[in-house]
Amino acid sequence: MKPPVYRWLFLFSALPIRFFSSAKPIFTKMSYQVNQHGFYGPYGGAYVPEVLYPNIEELQQHYQHILRSERFQKEYETLLSQFVARPTPLYEARRLSEEIGARIFLKREDVCHTGSHKLNNTLGQVLLAKQLGKRKIIAETGAGSHGVATATVCALLNLECCVYMGEVDMQRQYPNVERMRLLGATVIPATSGSKTLKDAVNEAFRAWINEPEDTFYVIGSVFGPHPYPDMVASLQSVISKELREQVPAITGQQLPDYVVACVGGGSNAIGSFYHFLDEPSVQLIAAEAAGKGIETDYSAAATFLGKQGILHGTQTLFMQTPDGQVKEAHSVSAGLDYPGIGPQLAYLHHQKRAQFVAVTDKDALDAALLLSKIEGIIPALESAHAIAALRQLSLAPAQVVVVCLSGRGDKDLETYINYRSTQNTL
Amino acid sequence: MKTSNRLVTTFQSKPSLLSLYITAGFPKLPDTAVLLKELQKANIDFVEVGLPFSDSLMDGPTIQHSHQVALENGMTLEVLMEQLDSVRSEISYPLVLMGALNPIVQFGVERFCERCHQVGIDGVLIPDLTLSEYQKNFKTLYQKYHLAPIFMVTPRTSEARLLEIDAEGSGFLYVMSSSSTTGAANKTLSDSKAYLERIQALPLRNPKAIGFNISTREEVEFAHRYGQGAIVGSAFIRKLQQTDASKAVEDFVKELRLN
Ligand SMILES: Cc1ncc(COP(=O)(O)O)c(C=O)c1O
Repeated sequence: MKPPVYRWLFLFSALPIRFFSSAKPIFTKMSYQVNQHGFYGPYGGAYVPEVLYPNIEELQQHYQHILRSERFQKEYETLLSQFVARPTPLYEARRLSEEIGARIFLKREDVCHTGSHKLNNTLGQVLLAKQLGKRKIIAETGAGSHGVATATVCALLNLECCVYMGEVDMQRQYPNVERMRLLGATVIPATSGSKTLKDAVNEAFRAWINEPEDTFYVIGSVFGPHPYPDMVASLQSVISKELREQVPAITGQQLPDYVVACVGGGSNAIGSFYHFLDEPSVQLIAAEAAGKGIETDYSAAATFLGKQGILHGTQTLFMQTPDGQVKEAHSVSAGLDYPGIGPQLAYLHHQKRAQFVAVTDKDALDAALLLSKIEGIIPALESAHAIAALRQLSLAPAQVVVVCLSGRGDKDLETYINYRSTQNTL
Repeated sequence: MKTSNRLVTTFQSKPSLLSLYITAGFPKLPDTAVLLKELQKANIDFVEVGLPFSDSLMDGPTIQHSHQVALENGMTLEVLMEQLDSVRSEISYPLVLMGALNPIVQFGVERFCERCHQVGIDGVLIPDLTLSEYQKNFKTLYQKYHLAPIFMVTPRTSEARLLEIDAEGSGFLYVMSSSSTTGAANKTLSDSKAYLERIQALPLRNPKAIGFNISTREEVEFAHRYGQGAIVGSAFIRKLQQTDASKAVEDFVKELRLN
């Protein structure tokens, strides 16, 4: 038996990338992880109505076992490499490095099949759902990236798929709506509240309550009741697992000085941070969407404007009124337009293990145009927040900075075109 | 004052009980008190008062909408407690407060329990408060302030868990007739017959009240075959959207029962 502290290291141990070839294990402990009650310090837990209790209990009992099983690992690994196109490259962005004044490396999750890191998670969850004997998959989506990734895996594995998406998001990410339909999924508009990601999550939960038998809810980020945050984090941890090998090989430095990622719910951020959590020399930077600014009423920066409470089945930080009603978020980026963050990220904030920065709509849009022009990479609007965050760090030229480029910008073309037309300088 | 006794005595006094759900502050902010007084005149057996929440997962469109309107009207837990405080002396039936966990946690759990006790709330139903969380953080406070913990059971609750829930709950056991959000159009009460029979056969401590998918007199009568109480929610909220508050109560309660 391996000691429990190594449990996640062996999850993907048959992947082409191995950390275990050296005699001394790279990691000696795994801090900041979920405890046996489903909590990260004060955050986490599973606050679900009784009607969903059997579903959550089933998942809690089986997820670790299934994720670690040989059958699962074999299928997951094969598909990660043959279908998702992993490992994704770590790319030294020289012109961006010059512009920023540090050595900037992009972890290219945008080259994953379907165009974002979301497929790492949906592939794992849908395989797991199949092993649990589920026949129908439901999902929420903000930008549509998670919806497309879920619809894709459902097409691949022949499962019925139903995606809930805020009406506002269906308009601003229209190409992804049509993509999901092409892939055979049904897209159901969420017409309540702010008609964005939060409301899509509500509708997905309600759909699950109405049809709990045989249905599996594939949550798209590291939020929701335990064990979702832990399950999604471990599926996305493949990002930093690859980085542990790529950083020494490509940068010449054993560890990066910084790892930077955007945060909607936080799945690409946790995935990028995961295997660096116990390396205190690595500074972890989480870029939240400031929207029109954290001093305005139009923001999505949960660590700046949020308070601890219970949302979508978990105890975490989210924006709320003094009497505990959930506030509507705002971000130009549909994938970050969520009033909260996942409980593990809230804990990293609480423990000051990660530094949170807030990036405005405008700075993110400018960063997207910049990256397109000087690197030939059109990033997703979400990922552009991580690029823009670089300007808020005081970096030295020799420092190695890894930025998770979580997705590509095809879905955001219309926003970019419109923004560009207002910028007469470009 | 032993408030939880009001639920106990009510369930001891009558074989078949009718309960309505209202959303606090809906359709207008002061309608909480108006409705509660009208319900007294209509001889209702007990009432569930719903604290509105912006993101209520258990509710379908009808009750969600009422929550949204109530919040726009300015309803908060603070306001509700004041409203109940001023109307409590005029109503004699038991009151169950129903609400999402977050607003209660933000209010402060002990402060919430104390205020509930002061304003004469008899039972509290928090759908996203799990049994284990209740045992950890709420149970002693409920006991201290004489609040009956009301729990929901569903067709998917295992028998072992059902007995565990029954052991923790008091007042009554809220039996959801189906796995659904409130006001689901595609489910009917008669489909729940087998499940309700199964529950009926169990040796439970608490009396049962059946809720979800009940909107007509026939359904109330059907529910009464399996549980002592029948709870009507969405159908009454729909009625309130069409009719003036006081008339809605009179008409609706008449519609639902013979006596
Ligand atoms: C490309 C991309 N990056 C990031 C996110 C934000 O999600 P998370 O914070 O879970 O990585 C999204 C969400 O839709 C996305 O599409």
